[in-house]
Amino acid sequence: MPKQTAKEGAVGSPMHRVDARLKVTGAARYAAEHSVAGVKHGVLVTSTVARGRIKELDTAAAEKVPGVLAIITYRNSPKVPGYSDAKASNNPRVEGQEIKIFYDDQIHFYNQPVALAIAETLEQARYAASLVRVAYEQQPHQTDLAANLQQGTEPKKEKDYARGQAYAYRSAPVHIEQQYGTPIQVHNPLEMHAAIALWEGDKLTVYNKTQAPKLAQKDLMRMFQLPEENVLVHSPFVGGAFGGSSRIWPQETAAILGAKHVGHPVKLMLRREQEFNLVGYRPRSMQKMGLGATPDGALVGVTHEAFGNTSQYEQFAERIVHPTKSAYHTLNMNTVYKVVPLDVSTPCWTRGPGESSGSFALESAMDELAYALRMDPVALRLRNYAETDPENDKPWASKHLRECYERGAASFGWSKRNPTPRSTRQGDWLVGQGMSSGIYKSERQEATAKARLMADGTLLIQSATADTGPGTGTIMAQIAADASGVAPENIRFELGDSALPPAPIQAGSHTATSVGSVVHDVCVALREQLQDLARGQAGSAFSNTPPTDLVALNGELQLAQDSSKRVSYQDILKQQNLPMLEVTRQSKGGPELKEHSGKSFCANFVEVHVHALTGEVRVRRVVSVVDAGRVLNHTTARSQVLGAVVWGIGQALMEQAVIDHRYGNFINHDLAEYHVPVNADMPEIDVQFIDKPDPIISPTGAKGLGEIGLVGFAAAVANAVYHATGTRVRELPITPDKLV
Amino acid sequence: MADENPGTPPENADHDGNRRDFLKKSSLLTAVALTPGPVLHAASAEWDEKVAAAFEKVPLKLEVNGVKHKLSVEPRTTLLDLLREQLHLTGTKKGCDYGQCGACTVHVDGERVNSCLRLAVMEDGKKITTIEGLANGDKLHPMQEAFVKHDGFQCGYCTPGQIMSAVACIREGHAGSEGEIKEYMSGNICRCGAYSNIVAAIQDVKNGGQKV
Repeated sequence: MPKQTAKEGAVGSPMHRVDARLKVTGAARYAAEHSVAGVKHGVLVTSTVARGRIKELDTAAAEKVPGVLAIITYRNSPKVPGYSDAKASNNPRVEGQEIKIFYDDQIHFYNQPVALAIAETLEQARYAASLVRVAYEQQPHQTDLAANLQQGTEPKKEKDYARGQAYAYRSAPVHIEQQYGTPIQVHNPLEMHAAIALWEGDKLTVYNKTQAPKLAQKDLMRMFQLPEENVLVHSPFVGGAFGGSSRIWPQETAAILGAKHVGHPVKLMLRREQEFNLVGYRPRSMQKMGLGATPDGALVGVTHEAFGNTSQYEQFAERIVHPTKSAYHTLNMNTVYKVVPLDVSTPCWTRGPGESSGSFALESAMDELAYALRMDPVALRLRNYAETDPENDKPWASKHLRECYERGAASFGWSKRNPTPRSTRQGDWLVGQGMSSGIYKSERQEATAKARLMADGTLLIQSATADTGPGTGTIMAQIAADASGVAPENIRFELGDSALPPAPIQAGSHTATSVGSVVHDVCVALREQLQDLARGQAGSAFSNTPPTDLVALNGELQLAQDSSKRVSYQDILKQQNLPMLEVTRQSKGGPELKEHSGKSFCANFVEVHVHALTGEVRVRRVVSVVDAGRVLNHTTARSQVLGAVVWGIGQALMEQAVIDHRYGNFINHDLAEYHVPVNADMPEIDVQFIDKPDPIISPTGAKGLGEIGLVGFAAAVANAVYHATGTRVRELPITPDKLV
Repeated sequence: MADENPGTPPENADHDGNRRDFLKKSSLLTAVALTPGPVLHAASAEWDEKVAAAFEKVPLKLEVNGVKHKLSVEPRTTLLDLLREQLHLTGTKKGCDYGQCGACTVHVDGERVNSCLRLAVMEDGKKITTIEGLANGDKLHPMQEAFVKHDGFQCGYCTPGQIMSAVACIREGHAGSEGEIKEYMSGNICRCGAYSNIVAAIQDVKNGGQKV
């Protein structure tokens, strides 16, 4: 292989985003912004009861509104062929039967779509929607997790786990047992979910926001019983997703049915209040942690029990107890996880997913144990440092968590901390410092990419991944540049379209590893073909040159010892009379992935100020040190961790979707009442990376980065609040009422 | 839409909106008093809705990004929906429709406003600047350049609103310190969490002394 010097490479450089110009000029087109000729506007009407049936439905007034083409309800909707087939209605990623839109008179949750008004203009559709009259026959509903724990069952996809003796913590010399809770958290991406659906005969095109063009296409093929070539999903820009664009949701189905009914393309954007439960949310959790240790801090038993809510029609399970299984060395461990069906819509993965809820309990409990042991929280974690993955005794693919602790503690000034709670005060503000640790899976899935070298020397790479904001197109161009020898500015990476070579969902922190690996592989293959062509060309200066003596740089092959001997990629194609050179590769990694445990790690250090009288909590300072393998782009990587910190502050202090159980509806369903962090909430944030390549997970050395910064973060805030005030808050969010 | 500016993409001609209920049920006597007689008559007699609708369009003159538009719009159309759906300026984003997120921020006669909270007819004769009108041809506005340089966004959806707000923040004299910038940029939510980079971008432009 030609020599590539890592320090000169594009990977690792803080290159600006390839789509930056489109985003800062307003030229990037999101789901509702694609220009589709003849598009009509749809507005959803949703149910105002949580359980029951539609008793009366009056669409007459709405239908008379000028410009209205149709009011679609279960009475006149086109059929979704898959709905009559139980297997086709089972989304393989969640057990059960997915919600059927405009199918019958049954209501399964508050805000369920019951009608779609379609009109020439948005204003007409909105007005018509307001005139649809629906009366319900209400049935008793259950929306409170705490009141229904006895209904909990072990989910099919997450089995209970034990090693050694269960509940061993109870007999340990020092032990703690506490209950923790996390509320429903809503993704609330800034772009409200939208879809434009277009039928051309039996060919369906959907413009939407998805983290997974190929999965969205598969969902639609399954639902509408169409072959792959008849379904196109187009989603080049995604205005935030955070897990909330991981499947086909009611707005896509409604737009598709609407378009079928009226014979025109239909565009539909959810309202902000519909974002709260039509497109998933982080389920409520109720958890119990038991930790037992010897007086010197060695864990002898860990037990984690968790409950989460799901819907009545699907079983959503998450990895809430996974961090507990792998974070610390202990011989005795058991985890129990149950999901409770309620009369609500199905939850879905939400940034940092189950791991962030579970880590709040684990990392809070570790802090409580440290106080019970009169031990430093960092020292307790180091005392129980896992040298192999305790869950399965596999060696780590790579682990630099010890260095995360050391660097974080040094940068933060942890050694100066007086461990006594409520010991530091600045005027009216109580000052506290807390820390936590995070662990999140790092893996790789099968992905395919196509590389096409054009006659002008530019390189096009295609793969049906998404870019919800991490900068996928940018890092892929960087990886492609180093592997192919084409300069990054001459590379274009196409994503966000189901017609491109298959790629997995952008979720679970595996895009850089899965898609990054195949982009690397396809570009290496392309470069090798170019070398072979150059060396095989009659009269070539390289005919006797071994490949190891060739350097690929700036779109040329050069002799390593004499860079004046060179040939451009354009010339190689020209000499071979090739209009272009195209290579496709599929990649999923080798058996070494199964033999190792792949994880990313982080250590979070947080300082809070708590107002002694009002209980207001301000996060003042954050140091986040992340071991996510090799950093592919320091600018975008740092931004991702900044985002995780912002989410962590929201999760710890603000975010909570409140259900009024009398009616089963969210009562704070907008951005004024559901608080997310704003600019004024931002502390000083120091993001650091270990930046050591992982030798196992992917050829680029990257591990997962999107989630890890959030895992455990809320506990660091809660631990700092305890240190500041002496009050331990075990139910998020930490609002002032819990401190005064 | 009746837009007399030939540079604007063609739109459906029979833009037949309707506010019958408003006319029939409104208790706003002033509105009734100001409504042309034929419309009221049409409404009360339940004439063809489309006839009534034709009377309910309001003429509107707007200058958007330096282009003069003579429009005829329904009174219920928001400035945001006019920009996005009729003028096809989709750079201005819809994030909530309730004035809570700032994604739809534009400049009206130089002042930043949430365009989702303005009815288009309120802006007669005003000059609107959207994100599409900020750059000078191919040359980005200094704030756009600073957002690129400091990675002031991730998904990019709140970005146009953030940039419009950021420009106004400096022009208003509210970029004197980091704390002041944070306070005066808190009407623009960024769910990806690019806040500190946004502050860095604004400080860079402010300290660079370029004209905004």
